[in-house]
Amino acid sequence: MKELPVDEKLAKKLRILADAAKYDASCASSGAPKRKADPDGLGSTTGAGICHAYTPDGRCVSLLKILLTNYCLFDCAYCVNRRSSNVKRAKFSVDEVVTLTIEFYKRNYIEGLFLSSGIIRSPDYTMEQMLLVVKKLRRDHGFRGYVHLKSIPEASPWLIEEAGLWADRLSINLELPTEASLGRLAPEKDGASIEGAMAQMHERILESKQERRHFSPAGQSTQMIVGADDTTDADVLRTSAKLYGHYDMRRVYYSAFSPIPDSSSVLPLKPPPLMRENRLYQADWLLRYYGFDVDEIASGGEKGMLDLEVDPKLAWALKNRHLFPVDVNVAEREMLLRVPGLGARAVDKIVVARKHTTLRLEDVARLTSGLKRARPFLITADHHPQGRLDRLDLRETLVEKPEQLSLFA
Amino acid sequence: MTLHRITLRDGADLDGFRKAVRRLVHEELAPQHVVFDVEAAPDLFGGEAAGEASPISLPRSLSEMIGRVVCHRDPERYALLYQLVWRVLNGERELLDIATDPLVHRLELMARAVRRDLHKMHAFVRFRRIRDAELERFAAWFEPEHFILEAAAPFFVDRFRSLDWTILTPIGSAHWDRDKLTYGPPARREDAPAEDEFEDSWRGYYESVFNPARVNPVAMRAEMPKKYWRNMPEAVAIPGLIQTASQRVERMIEQEATMPAKRTPERALEAMWDQEPKTLEELNAIIAKAGPLVPGATQAVFGEGPAHADIAFVGEQPGDQEDLQGRPFVGPAGKLLTRALTEAGIDRSHTYLTNAVKHFKFEQRGHRRIHSKPTTGEVKHYRPWLMKELELVRPKLVVALGATALLALTGKATPITRSRGRAKFGAWEGYVTVHPSYLLRLPDEETKREAYAAFLADLRRIHDLALADPDTGELPLAAE
Repeated sequence: MKELPVDEKLAKKLRILADAAKYDASCASSGAPKRKADPDGLGSTTGAGICHAYTPDGRCVSLLKILLTNYCLFDCAYCVNRRSSNVKRAKFSVDEVVTLTIEFYKRNYIEGLFLSSGIIRSPDYTMEQMLLVVKKLRRDHGFRGYVHLKSIPEASPWLIEEAGLWADRLSINLELPTEASLGRLAPEKDGASIEGAMAQMHERILESKQERRHFSPAGQSTQMIVGADDTTDADVLRTSAKLYGHYDMRRVYYSAFSPIPDSSSVLPLKPPPLMRENRLYQADWLLRYYGFDVDEIASGGEKGMLDLEVDPKLAWALKNRHLFPVDVNVAEREMLLRVPGLGARAVDKIVVARKHTTLRLEDVARLTSGLKRARPFLITADHHPQGRLDRLDLRETLVEKPEQLSLFA
Repeated sequence: MTLHRITLRDGADLDGFRKAVRRLVHEELAPQHVVFDVEAAPDLFGGEAAGEASPISLPRSLSEMIGRVVCHRDPERYALLYQLVWRVLNGERELLDIATDPLVHRLELMARAVRRDLHKMHAFVRFRRIRDAELERFAAWFEPEHFILEAAAPFFVDRFRSLDWTILTPIGSAHWDRDKLTYGPPARREDAPAEDEFEDSWRGYYESVFNPARVNPVAMRAEMPKKYWRNMPEAVAIPGLIQTASQRVERMIEQEATMPAKRTPERALEAMWDQEPKTLEELNAIIAKAGPLVPGATQAVFGEGPAHADIAFVGEQPGDQEDLQGRPFVGPAGKLLTRALTEAGIDRSHTYLTNAVKHFKFEQRGHRRIHSKPTTGEVKHYRPWLMKELELVRPKLVVALGATALLALTGKATPITRSRGRAKFGAWEGYVTVHPSYLLRLPDEETKREAYAAFLADLRRIHDLALADPDTGELPLAAE
């Protein structure tokens, strides 16, 4: 096949349609079964995912994340591509997306494609166009790299059935954590059809795993925007817990609402709440890997909002000092996971190592970079926090000087 | 006791180290009596004849750690590894479990550094197309921190199997010719192409995905240290992006919300939701375009019969004959069904006949294609189409022939024996009976006769049920 040169027009479209896609926080290329290229095909997946570059916002560039088009009939207030916005518009042809994906992939710029789209003509038409891209990649180019497809919940259910056959991951962004916000800020969207589509994908992902067939093997994910409405952190986390529980989401992404060019008058124009986003991710981890429930996490903060000064595990521990100190040499794994500054990996290593040796403070220091936070809550062979846990200024001694997270924070 | 000197090849000499360890262990030489040296072209074992000592068994986690750590640049790596091996073989078999042990910890950090370097090489190598090459040939220049070229190369083979590529580094080069992977001497940056026609658009992409409102160069550098930047074409954009970020955000915040320049596209908005197929022909075109879920079928077999038929029969999936002819219920089971329908007083041509699954799935045995049952997931894959189909046909009564049809109509797996008779499928009045192929499979004539009679009785009841009151739409037996 003769390769098409990237003409200026295509390069311009790429800028518009990449810019239009960047507010989606999902970047993962993980979770796909390990695959290798056929002798005349292209692409592989390693299971773990690879970040091929990082932009100066610290975010990873793994997949070619673009919209098929940013023309859109929907009018979601938070979205840069809503129909009432005056941003520049563009539309790729199916072949243009295929060419960019293949040529970028051959140069090792990307792990694959993350394709989303504004809604044009109808949800079905839009979804069909997206499917054409993936089928062409898989069938005509033997492409075995990663493909993440945004499903359109308003499209007919058979299109979601088909999407899962070609994609490694499917996602539908909930965007707003409550039905009320959805109604106010995204008039064309409907919480019931979003959840219906999530349930359909969940059921099919489970069945195909049992039947050893390919249907979105890397599962599904979703995203919620934080700071565009007045939902509390506790309610955001409650929604997450439900999404993890009901639909077995691989990830819930939190995206701090960020000022967009040509924004809508109904939304706040202020710097994105990056620290809040960071705390929500930490809380999300506590939900999934540390055995915390939403109420426990929320109890660490005030009025349903997480403490911005300390991480949510430390916030919880400071309010539950009677449960500490914990002895690293004897405590249950579940309790070690609740010690501030100890990650799940460090805890697992502690549990294995202590079968053979008695741990001292310097041993724990080799396993975690969070010893400063852990110290007041830990007992080791040579260390006991004594009265430190009861000190009124304990919190102040543990608050990290705020890192410069953003020039504008 | 004199020091025993081991000289290994420059780079990651896993093989040399393995041989040395076997010999040293065999001769019971403790680590304090051994010195490891590295040379470009070593004399094996300082001139001693390199006899092969027999292999020693090491825990797998230790072998894995050795494989990683030999790639490290630290000149002490072999000595540290040998200390570890010695301790493991002399009473500390589970030493690697003790992640807090200073030696284990140090080696684990080295292994981690190598893993990270490998990961970064897989991520940050940038191929450039070799100009004027007739075949598609690519080359890249990369500077790894550790001796990882040979450990990193197989990843690129798996990924770019159909391409011809070379990776050039200061510690050697790797070349793949679409058949064999070979290693060559160290290279220089100038040996790789200086540009590529896709780099401008890649840089444009990189610039566009950056969100200036989230600028955080510290986080970027943690994952993509500066040392990699000079070999990444997108990295030249970094200083500019950081410098202009604050202005760009201030402009966005200062700028007042604008009025939409375009009018609301009323007609397009109205038309947007009008996307569902309106006729069976439109629906069937969609099914045909999607292709079979399991490869092999000749064609999709659609439902057949008048729209608004009183009764819709739903079977399992097309068989061999149906697949070839493109019509439902034309094989042996279909013939039996037609006969039974006639006996029950139902005119087949007035009913709607379809299948839960629209494509034939089979196992090839010699020349024969043996029907294979669709899985639950497959039945559900086709389910949305079946639901739409029934919505378009609007029968008074929907008949499930067999368990697969029942699964498709209810979404749940239920045995036929428990649900045979009248049923509700969502809003549909329904009836559950066996699939005619079940009658064909019964072993002896007696049971066959009995089963056929029961099937016929079901069909007669179905016939009665479908005679709904034309005014109220109620079924005659609804009061039962």
